[in-house]
Amino acid sequence: MKPSRFSYKRPASWDDAVKLVLAGARPGAGTQSLGPMLNLRLARPDTIADLRHLPDYAGVSVRGDTVRIGAGTTHAALEDGVVPGRLGQIMASVARRIAYRPVRTRGTIGGSLAHADPAADWVAVLPALGGVAVAFGAAGERRLPLANFVTGIFETALAPGEVLRAVEVPMLRDAARWGHWKFCRKIGEFSKATACLLDVPGARPRAVLAALDGPPMVIDDAAALLADPTGEARRIVAGCPGLSPWRQAIAEAALRHAVQGARA
Amino acid sequence: MSRIDITLTVNGEPRELKVEPRDQLADVLRGPLMLTGTHVGCEHGVCGACTIEIDGAPARSCIAHAGSCDGATIRTIEGFGDDEIMRALREAFTREHALQCGYCTPGMLVVGRDVVRRLPDADEARVREEMSGNLCRCTGYRGIVRAIVSVIVARRHARREGACR
Ligand SMILES: Cc1cc2nc3c(=O)[nH]c(=O)nc-3n(C[C@H](O)[C@H](O)[C@H](O)COP(=O)(O)OP(=O)(O)OC[C@H]3O[C@@H](n4cnc5c(N)ncnc54)[C@H](O)[C@@H]3O)c2cc1C
Ligand code: FES
Ligand code: FES
Repeated sequence: MKPSRFSYKRPASWDDAVKLVLAGARPGAGTQSLGPMLNLRLARPDTIADLRHLPDYAGVSVRGDTVRIGAGTTHAALEDGVVPGRLGQIMASVARRIAYRPVRTRGTIGGSLAHADPAADWVAVLPALGGVAVAFGAAGERRLPLANFVTGIFETALAPGEVLRAVEVPMLRDAARWGHWKFCRKIGEFSKATACLLDVPGARPRAVLAALDGPPMVIDDAAALLADPTGEARRIVAGCPGLSPWRQAIAEAALRHAVQGARA
Repeated sequence: MSRIDITLTVNGEPRELKVEPRDQLADVLRGPLMLTGTHVGCEHGVCGACTIEIDGAPARSCIAHAGSCDGATIRTIEGFGDDEIMRALREAFTREHALQCGYCTPGMLVVGRDVVRRLPDADEARVREEMSGNLCRCTGYRGIVRAIVSVIVARRHARREGACR
C-alpha cells in the first residue's frame, strides 16, 4: 500500500522543528518505523517535519565523563564504534543486533527511543546504562532520566511539542561488566524478551527486563539477581502481570543469561 | 499537498525531479526513472528486495521518502557496471545457482557487496547473519551464502598472496 498524502517540511533549526510539531506535524527521523506505519496507513499525519537536516542532529561528543549522542545518530554509526571506550563497545554490540544493516544505516537512536516500541533495543538498554534524555521544546532543553523515559507502549515522557534532541550517557571504565540477552524468533526480528545488566565495580548493579508488552522494568539494585539468578529471576517475572507461561519462561531465561554474560 | 523539487544523483547522473512528499524512493526509481531492477516486495523494510545504496550505504528504498533524499547519491542494481566486487558476485551467483526467479537478487547483490566490503573476514555464520534481512522464496539460501562466502574467500587469498609477494 502507499501512504496517504501529507505535506513535507524541512525545519532548519530546532526552534522551527518545535513550532512545526506544536502545530501538529509528526517528526520524521530515519523513517524505519514511521515509513512502515505510513505505508500500512497506520499513521496518517498531515505534515511530516523531517529532522534529518537539523544542526548537531547526528554525532557524538564527549564532555567530561559523559557522552552526548545526537538523536539522529544511526544504529550503523553506533555499530561502527562512534562512541569511544567500554561504553562504545557495549553500544556497538547492541546496535549490531538491531534489525538489519540496511535498516541500521538510516534508523536512529532518538527515533527508536521516541517511538517507544516495548520490544525495541535502545528502549531496553538505555535505562540500564543510565543517563538522561535531552528533550527540546518551546522553553528550551529539559533533561529526563532515561530510566523512566519510556512510560508505556509507544508512550514517552516527552511533553506535547517536545522533540528528543540527544541522550547523555555516562562513560564506563574498562572494568564495567555487561550482560545482554534477547530472544528473537529470527535474526533481526523484534525481541520477545530482553534483559540486560550493568555491573560497575563500586556501584550498585542495575538490570532491565523488557520487551514484555509494557514499559521496561528497571531493577535499580540487581545485587540479589547476581547472587541468586534462578530464584530471583523467577520472583521478578512472577511480578509481571499477564504473561503466558512461555513468555514467563523466556523472560526468566533472559535474566539468567544477562547475569551469565556479566559474569563471563 | 504540493509537489517538491529534488535533485538526486542516480547511477552517476544528476536527475531533477518533482515528487510527492509521500513518494518512496523505490516508487520514484521504478516509475519516472524507469529503473525497474529495484524490486518491491513487502514495503515495510522486512524483505530486502528494494535495497539500494544511498550515499554509499545500503538502505531500504521502500521506507525512505524521495523528498528526504534530496541531494543524495543513489546507486541501484543497474549502476554497478564493472565494479570489481559486483562482477565477482554476479559470477559467483551464476556458478552457485544463487537465484531462480530473481526477485530477491538485486537486494541480495547490493547487501552481499556491502558484506564483502565491510567484513572481509566474515565466515559462513556471519554471512548468514548479515544476509538475514533479505528473503528468498526460491533458493533456500544455500547457493546465495555459498556465492558470497566464495567471493570473500577468493579476496582473502588474493590479499594474502599480495602480502607474501
Ligand atoms: C525490518 C525492521 C526490523 C526492525 N527491527 C528492530 C529491532 O530488532 N530492534 C529495534 O530496536 N528496532 C527495530 N526496528 C526499528 C528501527 O530500529 C527504527 O530505526 C527505529 O525504531 C525508529 O528510528 P527512526 O530513526 O527510523 O525513526 P522514525 O521511524 O523516523 O520515527 C519513529 C517515531 O518516533 C518519532 N520521532 C523520531 N525521532 C524523534 C525525535 N528526535 N523526537 C521526537 N520524536 C521523534 C516519529 O515521529 C515516529 O513517531 C526495525 C525496523 C525495521 C524496518
Ligand atoms: S520492499 Fe523494501 S524491504 Fe521489502
Ligand atoms: S530467487 Fe526467487 S525469491 Fe530469491
